[in-house]
Amino acid sequence: MASNNAQDYWKANLRLVLGCLVVWFVVSYLFGILLVDVLNTINIGGYKLGFWFAQQGSIYTFVVLTFFYASRMNKLDREFDVHED
Amino acid sequence: MELQTLTFIVVGFTFAIYIAIAIWARASTTSEFYVAGKGIHPVANGMATAADWMSAASFISMAGLIAFKGYDASVYLMGWTGGYVLLAMLLAPYLRKYGKFTVPEFIGDRYYSKAARIVAVICLIVASLTYVIGQMKGIGVAFSRFLEVSFEVGLFAGMAIVFVYAVLGGMKGVTYTQIAQYCVLIFAYTVPAVFISLNLTGNPLPQLGLGSTMADGSGVHLLDKLDLVLGDLGFAAYTEQKGSTINMFLLTLSLMIGTAGLPHVITRFFTVPKVRDARSSAGWALVFIAILYTTAPAVGAMARLNLMNTIQIGEVGSAEGNLLYADRPQWFTNWEKTGLLKFEDKNGDGRIQYYDDKNKDFAATAAAAGWKGNEMVKVDRDIMVLANPEIANLPNWVIALVAAGGIAAALSTAAGLLLAIASSISHDLLKGVFRPDISEKQELAASRVAMGGAIIVAGYFGLHPPGFAAQVVALAFGLAASSLFPALMMGIFVKRINNKGAIAGMLSGLGVTLLYIFWFKGWFFLPGTEMMANKPENWLMGISPEAFGAVGAMVNFVVAWVVANATEEPPEHIQHMVEDIRVPAGAGSASNH
Repeated sequence: MASNNAQDYWKANLRLVLGCLVVWFVVSYLFGILLVDVLNTINIGGYKLGFWFAQQGSIYTFVVLTFFYASRMNKLDREFDVHED
Repeated sequence: MELQTLTFIVVGFTFAIYIAIAIWARASTTSEFYVAGKGIHPVANGMATAADWMSAASFISMAGLIAFKGYDASVYLMGWTGGYVLLAMLLAPYLRKYGKFTVPEFIGDRYYSKAARIVAVICLIVASLTYVIGQMKGIGVAFSRFLEVSFEVGLFAGMAIVFVYAVLGGMKGVTYTQIAQYCVLIFAYTVPAVFISLNLTGNPLPQLGLGSTMADGSGVHLLDKLDLVLGDLGFAAYTEQKGSTINMFLLTLSLMIGTAGLPHVITRFFTVPKVRDARSSAGWALVFIAILYTTAPAVGAMARLNLMNTIQIGEVGSAEGNLLYADRPQWFTNWEKTGLLKFEDKNGDGRIQYYDDKNKDFAATAAAAGWKGNEMVKVDRDIMVLANPEIANLPNWVIALVAAGGIAAALSTAAGLLLAIASSISHDLLKGVFRPDISEKQELAASRVAMGGAIIVAGYFGLHPPGFAAQVVALAFGLAASSLFPALMMGIFVKRINNKGAIAGMLSGLGVTLLYIFWFKGWFFLPGTEMMANKPENWLMGISPEAFGAVGAMVNFVVAWVVANATEEPPEHIQHMVEDIRVPAGAGSASNH
C-alpha cells in the first residue's frame, strides 16, 4: 500500500468524522441546550421542540449517526483498498 | 400468587439461567478470559455492551432523577448516549485494530512508557471500584426490598452469583450472561412503561405517549398538563430550564467524554472479530441503550404526574382537594416502611399537602389554604421506578419482573467492572510490569485470583459503604474524562504526542480535576475538609465539580500538545505503529502479547 494512499484515506476519514461530529454537536449542545428556549416556542405534537431534542431527538440522531459513519467507513475501506481480509 | 413467592421464582429463574450460561461458556485461554477470544458477533456485543453500561443507576435512579428535575435531567440522557458517538468514531475501531487486551496496555505501548501504563492502571482501578461499590449496594437494596431478606444476605447472594460466572467464564462467560441480563432488564423496564403510557394517554409507545394528549378526553397534552399541575402547587415547570446553561453544557460534555473513556466499556470493543465490527457494534450498543434511554423520560414524567394526582385529588386550596392520610394507597404504606417516603402532618388536618414551600410567590396561596409547609418531607427519587408498577396498579408479576430487572442491571455492570479491574491487575501489573516471564496458564490463574480478590473488596465496600460512595461518581467520570480519553484519542489522532507530552497531559488534567473536586467535596472526601461550601455561588464560573471533567480534559489536550512540541519526536517505530492503527487492513490475526 502506497503511503500517499494511506494519507488520503486518513484525510477522507477525518473529513467524515468532522462532519458527523458537527451534527452530533448541533442536535445535542445547540438544539438541546444553547437554543432550547428559541426552539421551545415551536411545538411538534405535544412536545416543545427544544425539550424534544434534549430528551428524545438527540438520542435518535446519535443512533443514526453511528450507523451512517460505520457504513461510510466500510465504503472508504474498499475505495482505498485498506479493508480487512 | 403472593408477591414475595413470585419474586423468588422470577429472580431464582434468572439466576439459574446465568449459572447455566457460565458453565457452558467457560474460558480456557487468556484470550477467552480477557476478550472472549475476539469472537463475539457485533450485534451480540452491542447487547452485552448495553447491559454492561446500564447499571443500577440507569435502571433505578435515572427516571426518578428525570421525574424530579424535568428538563434539567436531559444532561444524563444526552451525556450517557452521546459518548458512544465519540467511542465509535474516535476510539473503538482503532483500539480494536491494535488488538491487545486492556486499555492501560495500549497507553503503555503507544507512549513507550511503563509509568504511563501504571498511571492508566490507577485511573482504571479507582474509576471501576467507585462504580462497583454502587452496584453492590444496589444489589443489596433490591434484595432486601423485594425478597425481605437482610441487606447482607442479599449482597452475599449477589457476590456468589458474580463470582461463579465471572471467575469461571471470564469475558466469554460475562458476555453471554450480559446478553441474557439485557433481555431481562429491558423487558422489565419497558413492560410497566407501556402499561402506564396506555393508562394515561392511550398510546402504547411511551416515547410517543409522552407527546400525546391525555386519555381523559380533555385534549390537553401530557407535558402541558404536568407543567400546569406542578405550577398550581408552586413547583417549577417540568419542561423549563432551572440550572445554568454553562453548567448543563459542560456536564453533558463531561459525561460524554467520561463515557467514551471508561475502560470497562472500551474493553468490550476488543471482543469483536474485525475493525468494521467494532464500528457497527458501537451503533448496536447505542440502539439497545436508546430503547431504555428514550423510555426513561416518559417513565419519569408519567410517574411524577401519577404521584401528584394521587395526592392532590381535587382543586388546590379547597378543603377536600388533598388526599386523607388514612386513605393513602398500599404502595404508599409499603415505601413508608422503608423510610424512603415520609409524611408529617404539619397543619394537623389529617390530609397530605405536597407543594413547594420554598417558593415565595406561592406562600400566600398556601397560607390562605391553611397549609403549614410541605408534608411529604421525604420522597426518595430512587423509589420512582420500583414503585411505578404499584402506583399504576399493575399485576404482581410485573413488580416481580422489575425486581429481577434491577438485579440484572446491577449484576451485569458489576461483572464488567470487576473483569476490567482483574485484567489490569493480572495483565498490566503482573505480566506487564512485575513478572513478565509467567506462562499463559499462570497468568490465567492469576486473573482468576485477582477477580476473586476484586469481588471480596467490592463486597466489603458494599457492606461498609464509605460515606463518600455517592460523591465519588463525579470522580469516576472526572478521571475517565480528564486522563484516559485524551490520552487514548491523541494516541491515535496526533502522531507528534510523545511519552513526556502524554504523561504531563494526563497528570495535569487529572490534577486540576481532582483539585476542583476535592476543593468543594473535601480532601479525599473527608467531611469537614472542604475549602469552600459546594454551592453554585462558589463554583468557578458556575461549573459544578461533576461537570469539571470536561475542563480537565481540555487542560490535558493543551498541556500534552505544548510539552510534546517542545520535546523530541516519538521514535520511528511508534510513528509506524500509529500509522498502522489508522488503517483496518491486517487486523485479522490478534496478537497475544
